[in-house]
Amino acid sequence: MSINKVVAGADEAIKDIQDGATVMFGGFGLCGLPENCITALVKKGTTNLTCISNNAGVDDFGIGLMLHKKQVKKMIASYVGENAEFERQLLSGELEVELIPQGTLATRCLIAGYGIPFVPVLAGVGTEVAVGKETVVRNGKEYLIEEAFDAEFAIVKAWKGDTMGNLIFKDTARNFNPLMAMAGKTTIAEVEELVQPGELDPNMIHTPGIYVHRIFQGSNYEKRIEQRTVRKAN
Amino acid sequence: MGLTKEQIAQRISKELKDGYYVNLGIGIPTLVANYIPEGINVVLQSENGLLGMGPFPEEGKEDADLINAGKQTITTLPGSAIFDSAMSFGMIRAGKVHLTVLGAMEVADNGDIANWKIPNKMVKGMGGAMDLVAAAKNIIVAMQHTNPKGESKLLSKCSLPLTGIKCVTKIVTDLGVFEITADGFRCIEHAPDVTIDEIKAKTAGRLVIADDIKAVAV
Repeated sequence: MSINKVVAGADEAIKDIQDGATVMFGGFGLCGLPENCITALVKKGTTNLTCISNNAGVDDFGIGLMLHKKQVKKMIASYVGENAEFERQLLSGELEVELIPQGTLATRCLIAGYGIPFVPVLAGVGTEVAVGKETVVRNGKEYLIEEAFDAEFAIVKAWKGDTMGNLIFKDTARNFNPLMAMAGKTTIAEVEELVQPGELDPNMIHTPGIYVHRIFQGSNYEKRIEQRTVRKAN
Repeated sequence: MGLTKEQIAQRISKELKDGYYVNLGIGIPTLVANYIPEGINVVLQSENGLLGMGPFPEEGKEDADLINAGKQTITTLPGSAIFDSAMSFGMIRAGKVHLTVLGAMEVADNGDIANWKIPNKMVKGMGGAMDLVAAAKNIIVAMQHTNPKGESKLLSKCSLPLTGIKCVTKIVTDLGVFEITADGFRCIEHAPDVTIDEIKAKTAGRLVIADDIKAVAV
């Protein structure tokens, strides 16, 4: 018998995410989003969420769906363009926003998963990102001290996973997903294909199952494309 | 008439060297990929986690799982590599990426750059720009010399919130090519039909004209 982390579906996976929770969402733009769990959170109506994600979706997809239902109290992201409702809530003061450099966002996830409490980074030195932050000087260079994220939940989307929680991502849908998987106190993974232990090559695993607490096979992925760009066939 | 966007991109492409790993930002920088000189092999980095960015897919072959940092559908190439966002910025931070080309709203004559925020107007976020400008050793800015009001974007001090400090190495605008030096902007090339007087009139920061200034070859 092996450890089994399988839950029935998105509703069960997110059922203990309470109002006021801090939740990380994998994905870059609309690529690699945990669509099933976002839909389940919208249905459950959880409010006052602090969401950590690179982007905030678009008006009618991704985290945008939760913004529309006013479920988000605070958004921590690096880029939030392409979302009119987000901008409206931000300018009206309904939504709190913390914008942080993308590499810093990724690294704060990484160090959370590596058990490192803080890290010195150059990005943001001399800008408004540095305001109120502790700094350190080494070899004449100033660095900002950035803290590991402390999130109760991380929700990620993988291509394939096994019942023990081992994950493999596909193409650039990898992005923040393996990092957030490492960073959550409780990590929920939805996968396109759920298989039995032994079916995935151990050499090909991106996220070892030790970081994953719940896993299920998602369904009806829309995988919306934000900017469809093509060239003429040769 | 100064350089077109395509000519700015074409001029920047001459900075590429064989074996370079290059990060191209959104806008004019993206066009640089169309002018990679013959015999020069470069690898394009997309900061969402790809080295070896290929062209747009043929119609019908778009894949939602394969996009660039501008969220456009793209392709991989033989020899491409995919990685997560932390490694992507790790290789940038570690100085492995040789050249970064990005757009800007303002550049100061000490190399400060502002390109992410207009207070109370544009709140989109910095994305990866702050990480890129803080770490990259060779940063070329591609932009128009003046804003839509005709005001210089080359300043003695940026008025907009900064993206990074003392980081820009070179600027290519519709009017010419400028290096950042201790004496401020050093104009080393001018657009073929643009006079030095026009460049002087449209540049707000400290400006030095190189003794051996020449016309941009386009």
